[in-house]
Amino acid sequence: MTLDYILGHMNYWFFVILMMIGLYIVISYGNLVKKIVGLNIFQAAVFMLYISMGKITGGTAPIFPTDLQGKIQIDPNIVYTNPVPHVLILTAIVVGIATTSLGLALIVRIREQYDSIEEQEILDIDAATAHAENLAHGQAMGGRA
Amino acid sequence: MHHHLILRVITKLLVGTIILFAFYVQFHGDFSPGGGFQAGVIMAVAFILYGLVFGLNHVQRVLPPWVVHKMLALGVLIYAGTGVWNMMLGGEFLNYNIFSPLHPSHGQHSGILYVELGVGITVTGVMVAIYYAFAGRRPFIGDDDW
Amino acid sequence: MSAELQSVALSWQDQLPVLQIIIPFFAGPLIVLLGSRRLAWPMAFAASVAALVIAMMLLSRVIDGGFISYHMGGWAPPIGIEYRIDAANALVLVLIAAIAVVVLPFAKVSIAAEVPRRHHALFYAMFMLCFTGLMGVVITGDAFNVFVFLEISSLSTYVLVAKGASKDKRALTAAYDYLIMGTIGATFFVIGLGFLYMATGTLNMADLADRIALLGPNRTVQAGFAFIVIGMALKAAMFPLHHWLPNAYNYAPSAVTAFLAATATKAAVYVMLRFMFSVFQPEFVADSGVAAYIIGPLAVLAMFVASFIAVFQNNFKRMLAYSSIAQIGYMLLGISFFNHNGLTATMVHLFNHGITKAALFMAVGALVLRTGTTFYDRIAGMGRVMPFTGAAVVVAGLSLIGVPGTAGFISKWVLVQAAFDNGLWWMALAIMASSLLAVIYVWRVVEALYLKAPNPEAVHKEAPLMMIVPIWIMAGSTVWFGFDTSLTLGAAEMAATALLNGSSGLAEIATSAMQ
Repeated sequence: MTLDYILGHMNYWFFVILMMIGLYIVISYGNLVKKIVGLNIFQAAVFMLYISMGKITGGTAPIFPTDLQGKIQIDPNIVYTNPVPHVLILTAIVVGIATTSLGLALIVRIREQYDSIEEQEILDIDAATAHAENLAHGQAMGGRA
Repeated sequence: MHHHLILRVITKLLVGTIILFAFYVQFHGDFSPGGGFQAGVIMAVAFILYGLVFGLNHVQRVLPPWVVHKMLALGVLIYAGTGVWNMMLGGEFLNYNIFSPLHPSHGQHSGILYVELGVGITVTGVMVAIYYAFAGRRPFIGDDDW
Repeated sequence: MSAELQSVALSWQDQLPVLQIIIPFFAGPLIVLLGSRRLAWPMAFAASVAALVIAMMLLSRVIDGGFISYHMGGWAPPIGIEYRIDAANALVLVLIAAIAVVVLPFAKVSIAAEVPRRHHALFYAMFMLCFTGLMGVVITGDAFNVFVFLEISSLSTYVLVAKGASKDKRALTAAYDYLIMGTIGATFFVIGLGFLYMATGTLNMADLADRIALLGPNRTVQAGFAFIVIGMALKAAMFPLHHWLPNAYNYAPSAVTAFLAATATKAAVYVMLRFMFSVFQPEFVADSGVAAYIIGPLAVLAMFVASFIAVFQNNFKRMLAYSSIAQIGYMLLGISFFNHNGLTATMVHLFNHGITKAALFMAVGALVLRTGTTFYDRIAGMGRVMPFTGAAVVVAGLSLIGVPGTAGFISKWVLVQAAFDNGLWWMALAIMASSLLAVIYVWRVVEALYLKAPNPEAVHKEAPLMMIVPIWIMAGSTVWFGFDTSLTLGAAEMAATALLNGSSGLAEIATSAMQ
């Protein structure tokens, strides 16, 4: 593993590190809002992976230059970056926004109902409800009945 | 009500400019970077900024929540409607060439314009709706808490 | 471009693939725009009936082999988005559309009872979006398009699940859990697609398949494959990744559960099949050992563990949710056998389990309407009070077990044959044994419904006709497809042949069949 190899794959390292940070936050943090933040970091890592893969060395923004009459001038010497991953990731960003806002809206409702956004407290409340239900309706298996 | 005078004046100056810029980005989307997504967000920023400085009530008088909700649906329908129009003209869904059979590139331009209009309306609506939803949420007071 | 211009205008029949998506897609925003509670349901229903008719027309065209390809926006496939319909996805399209058509009349009564009035219009709009998303996942031939439609359906599903919150606040946490896990699954899927795009530079499924085959062994493609399989396994609730499912199904409104249980995980299983066999060639998957060493054992575990948990539930709806995980195990087991019968079993079970679970969950909805809950001690004796609902539970329950004469038997029979094809006689025994567990958990419901004194607190009345008819359409079709297997087994066999031959696919099979 030479230095060249490490530096040459910089975007992948960042992708892997960001992705792991994001996933770690989602899994390990109990605060529901922090989980959403983790999810966002996780998704941002993927956006970065896509956008960096579209980059072509020496490439410029994929817009054809026009002359004064507005006619498109196609110059075969200009190298353009690949726009397709950008377009794809625009869609993924929109999906990410929708997910984030829906998640936050759910958290608002959860806070109104449970008076907490800490996972452990919510689990405790749910477990108590489930326990009460099991007492009333007979035992069940499989966690929060 | 005279707090933050500078903020209020600057906001009033900015809102118009932001909306103008939003229109610029919107209608330049088929020639240069820009388009419905970006323009929609910029447009929504104008309303959100106004709401932040003057309060939710004021901005909701300008853009009532029910209008925002209709905007969400309307934009999507404009987008899909463009596609259906193409289909009625005998092309594939969203085949803009059919708009101008002799000059396909003109057809592409007009098709993109309609579609981006739909996108812009929906994105504006969504952004403002998200802001309204979170800013306008009152803590729920149950009957027992009175 | 000029060649395209001279092409003749497309007739409405050529537009069918896109109409399939666009009609339900149009209905959603239109409901919001009109904002009328009274118009919402008729519009949703009309759109889904139209979708069903179109899906059937599409199936009738591709059931003999061959495929339909639709170019979005007139852009030819490797660049543009392609809708590609063959026997495999036409069957799933018919299933999803049929379930939507049957569930909607049921939903009208059930939702009126379970969701606040002011949410009704938005509810049907969301339902239509979810429906559109699921259809889109199945119909599209573009890998990234799968992700977009998957997220359309998933996001609307989270909302639909959360709508159960007016009855039980745990619907909110269930929806939140589902959102977190679903998003992780979908993002894994996108990462996988990213790797594939890096290696091949294309997103069209058929083109991807060709280029992957040309590449030969490639670590990027293998990584992409791993991410895609895990992402879809999360969405399909493959056994250890099923955590979101029981709560989401349990606390969602009954009509939503009936629709989701019959369609959502099925669409994910279908995508898994499509990627494993059409995009990555069967040989590639066989070499990776995923089917034999990961999916197979986990499927067997699911069949036993989930069934075992289902036996010990005190709640009808939750029991069915665990049973769903077990039944997904059967479908994945079919994939893991990796032979013709196995894939046929997966496709057939996808369909048969869809209709069976739809009938059962709708029966649950009818019980909720009359008793308010689904605990065994509360629904006790209701089978005697509600004879039609109770009988439907019994019939669909028999299909869930796999008793001869029901649809469930057909799929298990093919699955057992597949096990013998691979010489795994003990696997056939395992399928029998897990069916015995199904006997126990179905028996517990039947016992509660018939052999106990009716619960005095419940409303002692048969469910309304709007519920009974949909329930019996589904329960009746489990019997119908238990005897007449020409449609299901025929389409499934065609689909299995197509899948096992890889992407390049259906056209060649059609020609080879003719020779």
